[in-house]
Amino acid sequence: MTVAAQPQAHPQKVSLREPPSWRRTKNQLMTVLMVLAFVVTLVPLGFVLVTVIAKGASIISWSFLTSSIPPPVLPANVGGMGPAIVGTLEITALATVIAVPLGILGAIYINEYGGKGFLAQVVRFMSDVMTGVPSIIMGLFIFTLWTLRFQYSGLGGALALACLMLPVVIRSSEEMLKLVPDSLREGSYALGATKARVTVTVVLPAAVGGIVSGALLAVARATGETAPLLFTIGIVTSVNANVFSGSNTSLPSQIFLNATQPYDGAQARGWGAALTLVVIAFIFMIAARLVTARFARYQR
Amino acid sequence: MEQSEQNVAGQTGKKATASMRGPEPLVRHPAEPAGTGNLIFDVRDMSVWYGGFQAVTDVTLPIYENEITAFIGSSGSGKSTVLRAFNRMNDLVPGARVAGEMYYRGANLYGADVSPIAVRRRIGMVFQKPNPFPKSIYDNVAYGPRINGERNRHRLDEIVERSLRGAALWDEVKNRLKTSGLALSGGQAQRLCIARTIAVEPDVVLMDEPASALDPISTGAIEDLMHELKSRFTIVIVTHNMQQATRVSDRTAFFYVLTDSASDTRTGVLVEYASTKQIFEDPQDSRTQAYVTGRMG
Amino acid sequence: MTQVDPAIPAGSTSPLAHRRPLGDRGFALLALASGLLVLVVLALIAISTSQQAASWFSAEGLKIFTNNWNPAANQFGALAFIYGTAITAVIALVLAVPVSIGIALLLTEVVQPRLARPIVYVVDLLAVVPSVVWGLWGILVFAPWAQHVYSSIASGVNGIPVLSFLFGGQNISGASFFTAGLILAFMITPIVTSLSREVIATTPSIDKQGAYALGATRWEMISGVVWPHSKGGVVGAVLLGLGRAMGETIAAALVIGSSATITSHLFAPGYNMPAVIANQFGESYGVFRAGLMGMGVLLFAFTIIVNIIARGVVERSARRARGA
Repeated sequence: MTVAAQPQAHPQKVSLREPPSWRRTKNQLMTVLMVLAFVVTLVPLGFVLVTVIAKGASIISWSFLTSSIPPPVLPANVGGMGPAIVGTLEITALATVIAVPLGILGAIYINEYGGKGFLAQVVRFMSDVMTGVPSIIMGLFIFTLWTLRFQYSGLGGALALACLMLPVVIRSSEEMLKLVPDSLREGSYALGATKARVTVTVVLPAAVGGIVSGALLAVARATGETAPLLFTIGIVTSVNANVFSGSNTSLPSQIFLNATQPYDGAQARGWGAALTLVVIAFIFMIAARLVTARFARYQR
Repeated sequence: MEQSEQNVAGQTGKKATASMRGPEPLVRHPAEPAGTGNLIFDVRDMSVWYGGFQAVTDVTLPIYENEITAFIGSSGSGKSTVLRAFNRMNDLVPGARVAGEMYYRGANLYGADVSPIAVRRRIGMVFQKPNPFPKSIYDNVAYGPRINGERNRHRLDEIVERSLRGAALWDEVKNRLKTSGLALSGGQAQRLCIARTIAVEPDVVLMDEPASALDPISTGAIEDLMHELKSRFTIVIVTHNMQQATRVSDRTAFFYVLTDSASDTRTGVLVEYASTKQIFEDPQDSRTQAYVTGRMG
Repeated sequence: MTQVDPAIPAGSTSPLAHRRPLGDRGFALLALASGLLVLVVLALIAISTSQQAASWFSAEGLKIFTNNWNPAANQFGALAFIYGTAITAVIALVLAVPVSIGIALLLTEVVQPRLARPIVYVVDLLAVVPSVVWGLWGILVFAPWAQHVYSSIASGVNGIPVLSFLFGGQNISGASFFTAGLILAFMITPIVTSLSREVIATTPSIDKQGAYALGATRWEMISGVVWPHSKGGVVGAVLLGLGRAMGETIAAALVIGSSATITSHLFAPGYNMPAVIANQFGESYGVFRAGLMGMGVLLFAFTIIVNIIARGVVERSARRARGA
């Protein structure tokens, strides 16, 4: 026996039409504003990237990337940014070598050894706070502590950059270590391993993808920093391959200098350096994402 | 399960999953309707998909005014899916699709010019886990009327009091209407959610396992409340608790998970729909019988 | 060696059995030292820069808060720079915060998850652009164009009370407070957006469903449920943006106009603390240098305080969200 299912005619035929227009309009307006917020960010981003690519590409050439830095007054087709590129690469590399291992160890302390203890909480909190310290402060700090004593050098710049990178690496590594499940650690302990062994042979490898990715992002940020280098590396116009002694220069430093020059040649070289720098930073960012995609096991 | 395969054999399948539906659901009606007898929801051959997964297949059932109708059945049988289809909450799930016909008081719920917002104004819902807003008790209840344009302070006060009384919560909170709704106990919070729902004076109140997260005493209070609310609203409740269904509902619909081992798919179907007394004392389908006597899950 | 060492298997005679876990203790100490390094560095920064700035504080005393910066005349009142830091940060926040919150809401409530990823990538790209490149573009491309726009606006608002106070004036420059604030806004948008989004995404779905079930439109749901839930965390995100805006040096140094003046006219050239340090440190000496160092100390203190408050606010609202 099935039900007779005809929709009965009802005393009031119900209307399920739209709610009053002012509610609908307000809703639509807000949605438009939200989309507009996004579009608004596209404008400056687009302008900057397009300008950098357009103005920079016209000057980039092998000769540009390898020649020494000429006096600002010389035209665009003379010289290049070779020393700046070498400087950026070697100073950033040195900073990475200093900051990343220390950062990972710091994260290991917070997550594996410190646990819920007060000291570990303080270290974690202050690492967070330290990520917000302006980069110029790091420059002033290393200037005071190092440059006054040992003169300009790539090492000084690397130290300043390392101060900047350290808290970033600590926090991102710590997040990755947190994701490693305890069952892995327990399994290793159960086999009689010491804590150091567990950490180095089991936990770190499990988190390595995320840690490397976080480190790459920190490097990407460091390559673009100018302020820490202002008072610590000095300036040169030809390559200084010795990152530990003698003045040095970097792409951001040169861009900063050339931005205030009235000469077309200097400005053009500035754009070339800017494009090079953006490309370098971009490469590191892409590398970080690739590493994440490839190795992130515990990131779901 | 062999039973379902026996039922499936011999069906002419319109589509692969249609053959899974099994025999026509058994729908029986008592001589006397418990409420006014008017048809509120007229559901015909309704199916719901989430992406490629057909959660519910070809459900046909009528819901009547001022009655409490219970949906029972094991997990995954589609009870909540069908319930949420009544107030178009499935719209919030990306990839959800409804086929078939659902009429509410003669109007097509899924018609082209129908606004889900208007639907939800008339068909309210109480959820399994009480979800008071992070606002005061007063503002919780006043939220619905406010978004519908009510600004007059006196009228809002009246509505709040009336709704809280209707939810049997007024006496307990009348002196602390400005305190946070989050501070209430589970049972009180659920009654606050009921008050909030009836504050907009809907026609129907849907309840998705409203008492399953509550202790037995609060559960009893909610069930008593349902009896009181029946005279003003039509109530459809999904419940896992069969005793609850026998205690509160006038009609019961039994849903079942139909598995098709050939295509390794499953879907929910309506198996039997009758007065609560008949479902529990005299189930016609063997699967209903197995469920209500506890032999099955 | 009569103590029982759990690392040594009982009754074992293998040479490995006698290896004491020195490596274990050493490693633990190494980790601890690295952790403490953060605290040590922060303390060293505070101490060393303050020492270098000491002569400025003692020479000027409270006069550091006067608008009187004239190295040639041995005067080092830093009010203009403090003012500039505050103004540019405020402009940056006023511009960036609505945009960031809008994007965060767009990502969490409006777009399909599939579309969210590319949008997030684009917003993150804003952060990849180095500060110096923003500055280069700002001074060589944006400022010249902006000068015309600013001049038109300034003459347009001539006479209108509030607007001419802010946007009028005679001294109109492409490199000005406003330009610096605008570029700072571009730079802080990614971090405010990403943190706001994290907070907003923790709104329990069931609360949102409750609002929809009452027949709310999406915006009504956002203002009624999402916002009360998230506002604490968003405030924290905004404060972090403030910290970032205050300390951002190079872009500001290039586009702020390098003029130590206090004025309400936002299109006038100005100066702020990080910018003057960057621009003038090289040629500074004696008390002049100490003064720049001192401004560094002030900047350090401000940003530390703002960051501590911000992190505290974010953590507290996260805890409340988990507990509620």
